Amino acid sequence: MAAQGTSLRQYALTRLALVIPMVFILLTLVFLLMRVAPGDPISAALGGRVPKEEVEKLKAELGYDRPVYVQYADYLASVVRLDFGEAITDRRPIGDIIKENGAATLELTFYAMVVALVVGVTFGLLAGRYRDTWIDGGGRLFGIVVYAMPVFFLGLMAQLLFGSYLGWLPTSDRASPITQATIETHTNIYTIDTLINRDWGAFVDSVEHLVLPAATLGLVTAGVFIRLIRVNVIRTMKDDYIEAARARGVDERAVVYHHAFKNALVPVITVVGLTVALLLSGAVLTETTFNWPGIGRTLILYLQNRDYTAVQGIIVVFALVVVAASVIIDFVNAYIDPRIRY
Amino acid sequence: MSTPAGMGPSGWRGARRLAGVRRAFAPVAEARGLTRSMLWLGCAITLVFVAIALFAPVVAPYDFDTFEADGSRFAQLEAPSWDHPMGTNVQSTDVLSRIIWGTRTELKVVLVSLLFSISIGVPLGLLSGYFGGKLDRLLVLFMDALFVFPFLLLAIVIAFLLADRVGQGILTAAIAITAVYIPLYFRVVRNHTISIREEPFVEAARALGARPFTIIRKYVFFNVVQNVPPLATLNAADAILTLAALGFLGYGIQPTQGAEWGYDVNRAVSDAASGIWWTGLFPGLAIVLLVVGLTLVGEGLSETMNPVLRKRPTGTVDFSSDSGSEAAGS
Repeated sequence: MAAQGTSLRQYALTRLALVIPMVFILLTLVFLLMRVAPGDPISAALGGRVPKEEVEKLKAELGYDRPVYVQYADYLASVVRLDFGEAITDRRPIGDIIKENGAATLELTFYAMVVALVVGVTFGLLAGRYRDTWIDGGGRLFGIVVYAMPVFFLGLMAQLLFGSYLGWLPTSDRASPITQATIETHTNIYTIDTLINRDWGAFVDSVEHLVLPAATLGLVTAGVFIRLIRVNVIRTMKDDYIEAARARGVDERAVVYHHAFKNALVPVITVVGLTVALLLSGAVLTETTFNWPGIGRTLILYLQNRDYTAVQGIIVVFALVVVAASVIIDFVNAYIDPRIRY
Repeated sequence: MSTPAGMGPSGWRGARRLAGVRRAFAPVAEARGLTRSMLWLGCAITLVFVAIALFAPVVAPYDFDTFEADGSRFAQLEAPSWDHPMGTNVQSTDVLSRIIWGTRTELKVVLVSLLFSISIGVPLGLLSGYFGGKLDRLLVLFMDALFVFPFLLLAIVIAFLLADRVGQGILTAAIAITAVYIPLYFRVVRNHTISIREEPFVEAARALGARPFTIIRKYVFFNVVQNVPPLATLNAADAILTLAALGFLGYGIQPTQGAEWGYDVNRAVSDAASGIWWTGLFPGLAIVLLVVGLTLVGEGLSETMNPVLRKRPTGTVDFSSDSGSEAAGS
């Protein structure tokens, strides 16, 4: 088809255009949610601890004495400028929080995703291929148990076993205090920074700290992949072209490995995108369990301090990340599968 | 339920009134092998928990916040013993009792939130799917926005905001969880309604002059609602995890209002460093067991109802006999 190139571009543009109302709705939702809360953000965060005049002054300074619609317009404008303001309680710019704590979350979720994919694809393919055998039973049971396991409970058990009982691995923080004090940061991703610095001791240290949180979050996420891939393999094995391949006399192993598995794995790309939201939710819990200084734990800390601007800023960033992930996944899907067009 | 649908004519006549129910359950009765055992195991686990929740006052040795008996305070962080089969926690309360009372809390919250999200999500999906137009487009955008949002964050923020107004009780937790799951029901019901709307029987009803709400009620609803039971069961499992997560983060049920497993696991994190395992292991296992039970039921149901995955019993057909050609020998 000659029009292929233009139609892909068209798809991409339409998809991008559709992002705007989605982001707009999300931003409005966040704004509304944060504003239904009783009182204004300043009194909520500082109420009782600071004299009244001080609160009024701060309110005027940060613009909370203006009408709500002006605040709303201002908020939208600042998000467009990618300026998320600063926390009320400790005056830390949200941008810095995202850069520093966000990097910790990125590191954790990336390795967790690797674990999830390796475990999920392996077990999913096996369970689907050997349907209704003990492999399938075991794989599915594993999938269900892992799905049913709250990430914080698995984390706690891992801490008990590998931390306090066996004493093999550290159970909290990103690195030992000495590494944290001496590390020269470039990206704030420790496993990369230590490599850039060629500091092997620190590298091993940060990897050791990463093992338990990443494995915990990854294993729990793997359940999603196991279920999905298993069903896909079963569905694919029933397809006509598999029958056709068999009828042509293609070796059964080739049918399974070359024809069925590949196609069964295509939807995984979509799910990786959807999993980003799941991983972020899991990261909040994992970070709290392992005292990992990521953006999720930071959010919980600010929630406890009733710091509305910080909470709002972090949630907006979360929303933008999730939307961006879904757009990217749709692009990849459209690129792979020419049937996906508007 | 031992005889599959399509038996001899005499049994059919007797059960005419129940034919619809029987047909709906036929896939469940026809389920064989792994799927069948999954379904039964899941039902058994779930029922045990329901029984524990119902009879909590009888089963539990103490109240969820009792820390003393006969005038003497229980030991803190006591290892499992005859008096306290699952030990005691930092506040000297009996872990077993907290788990038993916790069952009540979990099931209550999940039941309320399921009722809420089904009774909001399903009608919205029906209306949106059947009428289409601007309302549909707006609702879809709104629900999609809710859907892409990390579910736990949504629940946390809502619980956090409601905590000031309603207080941290069962209602707050249930509303926070409801908000997370409405889009799910909306999506499934809306998409199915759209495909049902184009079916000839709906068109026939329309041609006969049936009003939109009559069509929705009589023709669309029952076709669409079949998707809900498997979805709701899986959803209940998920809701328990969400509630536990909320409790773990401190935005679930207030500790004075009831026992909650997630909260207990959170309190156990600080015990883990000193090697104390019983305060965390048992509430965590309770979460896992209940979720596994519900998931097995949900997966079993969806596997028996989903024609793509469904496996019918294969049996030999005896052509020489005249008792009906559909009889399936098992």
